[in-house]
Amino acid sequence: MELAYLALVGAMLTIATPLVLAALGELICERAGLLNLGIEGTMYAGAFGGFLVAIESGSAWTGLVAALGIGLLAGLFVGMLAIGLGVNQHVAGIGTTLLLIACCDFINRLKYGAGSVPKVEKFQQLFADIPLASQYLLTYLTFLVIAPVVFVVLRSTGFGLRLRAVGENPEAADAAGVSVAATRYAAMAVGGMLMAAGGAFLTLAILGSFTLNITNGRGWVCIALVIFARWRVVAAVLGGLLFAFVDALQLQLVITPEFSGVPREVMIALPYVVVIGALALSGRNLTYPGAYLQPYRRS
Amino acid sequence: MHALLGENGAGKTTLMRILYGLSRPDSGTISIGGEPVRITSPADAITHGIGMVTQHFSLVGPMTVTDNVLLAGAGVGRLDRRNGRRLVVEAAERIGVGIDPDARVDRLSVGEQQRVEILKALSRDCRVLILDEPTAVLVPQDIESLFRSIRRLTDAGMGVLFISHKLREVTTISDRVSVLRRGRIVDTVATRGASIPQLAELMVGRRTVGVRRSDRQTMHDTDLDAARSIDEPDLEVDALDVPVDRPILSIRGLRLAGPSRNALDGIELTVNPGEIVGVAGVSGNGQTELVQVLSGVRHPDAGTIEVNQTDITGAAAADVIAAGLGRITEDRHACVVPHLTVEQNLVLEDLHRFRRGPFLDKRAIRAHASELIERFSIKAKPEDPVATLSGGNTQKVLLGRALSRDPLALVVSQPTRGLDVGAAEFVHTQLIARRAAGAGVLLISEDLEELLALADRIVVIYEGRLVGELPVADATPERLGLLMAGEAAA
Repeated sequence: MELAYLALVGAMLTIATPLVLAALGELICERAGLLNLGIEGTMYAGAFGGFLVAIESGSAWTGLVAALGIGLLAGLFVGMLAIGLGVNQHVAGIGTTLLLIACCDFINRLKYGAGSVPKVEKFQQLFADIPLASQYLLTYLTFLVIAPVVFVVLRSTGFGLRLRAVGENPEAADAAGVSVAATRYAAMAVGGMLMAAGGAFLTLAILGSFTLNITNGRGWVCIALVIFARWRVVAAVLGGLLFAFVDALQLQLVITPEFSGVPREVMIALPYVVVIGALALSGRNLTYPGAYLQPYRRS
Repeated sequence: MHALLGENGAGKTTLMRILYGLSRPDSGTISIGGEPVRITSPADAITHGIGMVTQHFSLVGPMTVTDNVLLAGAGVGRLDRRNGRRLVVEAAERIGVGIDPDARVDRLSVGEQQRVEILKALSRDCRVLILDEPTAVLVPQDIESLFRSIRRLTDAGMGVLFISHKLREVTTISDRVSVLRRGRIVDTVATRGASIPQLAELMVGRRTVGVRRSDRQTMHDTDLDAARSIDEPDLEVDALDVPVDRPILSIRGLRLAGPSRNALDGIELTVNPGEIVGVAGVSGNGQTELVQVLSGVRHPDAGTIEVNQTDITGAAAADVIAAGLGRITEDRHACVVPHLTVEQNLVLEDLHRFRRGPFLDKRAIRAHASELIERFSIKAKPEDPVATLSGGNTQKVLLGRALSRDPLALVVSQPTRGLDVGAAEFVHTQLIARRAAGAGVLLISEDLEELLALADRIVVIYEGRLVGELPVADATPERLGLLMAGEAAA
């Protein structure tokens, strides 16, 4: 029985990895004042692009690097629309998501047609024999390196201070000699890379292959997580873990005989219901970043 | 210490924005220490030693004082907050104020926030400090403190450029004054040799400044008298149909709970037809709450308010208006919808009068707007968004909206705060005309000069209570000041 609990927590950490990566990416963008709704498409492109390059090169690592590159470009693309051209951020983000998903599906069809998608030599878990510790390297990196680094950078570095300043009050940042556009582009670039890494984790670590609709709305979940976390790093990580825990739980329950009477769809919906519930409870009296959704122009 | 004087829209702020790299000049050069420099961004200005405190503060609210100060100089790497705190404390010592470097900026008062802006500039080793209308947002005590700080800086050899439209401040604090009118420097004079009337004339370009009621014999403030003409405003307002023997506005036992004590504590006040009653007090003593309650925005916990015998206690704003109360509240930006046009804002309070079937009667709205623009000399077209108007013109829009309904009673709060001489004069003229027509006016102001010039009676509010009432003939700034400080009973 104890082993089952450990397996549950282990599964939670694995499932949470892409969510936490992408949520941190989104959090960085939003703290700079940009709602990056390109997140779902960026994750999808990271998943597909990383997979494709891994197949072609034979190396999952090369695939991951490619995914990072794709994420960087996707972030800068949304940035160009929202920062450079001042396009409405909802339109810029959702448009980019639709574009990226469509492109990936198109290339997928050209490449593999209706036939089966090949398997890739995926990442291996470290410490494969130890129940809880047997995780992918990327999971370790996410929780032990990336999340703490994001936390410290936002809180205690000049870059983090500037990033928060352009998200709260770009006029003040500008008057202090900070380049609002450059800071926001940087946030979009880093944010996009984290989102794409989250996507690539799905194909290169969890699945080892690619299927249509692989991200399955995880990007939107991350948007909710960031709001739920009130734009705080630690809370975003915990939110990702909560969602992943319920997801891991339902995966276990599905194969538990006692719960065989519960429709499968109810089970799958469970984690999303939890997120909606958490948002409904915590979503009141939110203080959004001061310049949320606001393009900046010197008047 | 050089002051730049000019009316709203004369180009003061534009000039400063160019100096600070926020706007680009079409031609011309800027020199610092004899060297011509190019300033294309605030970062350039900072490098050249220019520090600027704008009218609207450039502070990041949720961050601490230290972080706001560090924002400019910091690289991308780890922040040295300890050094930042030291910078803040040192700079605070230079201007002789105390400040908590770890306080969140949005929890500070406006006066303290302004100090943070000055500290920001100082911590960057600026050689020239530009203050754009620094006193517009400050209460009298903070102005005193600001002036002391400025003197310490100039004594230490810093150049300070002080932009203002307030004559008295300029003459108090500066060594030289440049007067700007319609984008040109019309003259630069030594403050010592300049008189207020002379400066006023340079600024406005004509002689008459100020409004004073012709029946007013006692002149309290000596320094502005010479500048004022003693003219009854030449304005025709049809006499209102008001019963003259009863108060037009009466407030009884008004109480409103506040966070720690009662914000309003048993206010008793009546305003008679044809009377202007002034409410004096240091800001934060219940004036804001009084106006909110009278406007129908907040409901009192006890007490009654009657306008022309109609009880409006706890009534909705629309019913308050219908009862004949006109309101001009202290935050004029909160009373207009900036993205709507002038004509739309003008009809906002009584849309039902401008309907044709279920639709708005555009033609009537336009005609209404054109008439008010003419009558209140609003410098704007009916289709201009209010956001593009200056403070003075925004106030005229509000004035036009309130007065176009011929209200029997008027509640007016800080009507001329931040306005230049010309616009303030206009507002005063309008209020006096209303009084002459028989309306009752409750004028809440922190500007004693304004109260003494306009009011028939002055009451003083202190900690939510009315602590004294003086007929204007007996009121002097000294007596009012004591009452405002809560130190004496009338």
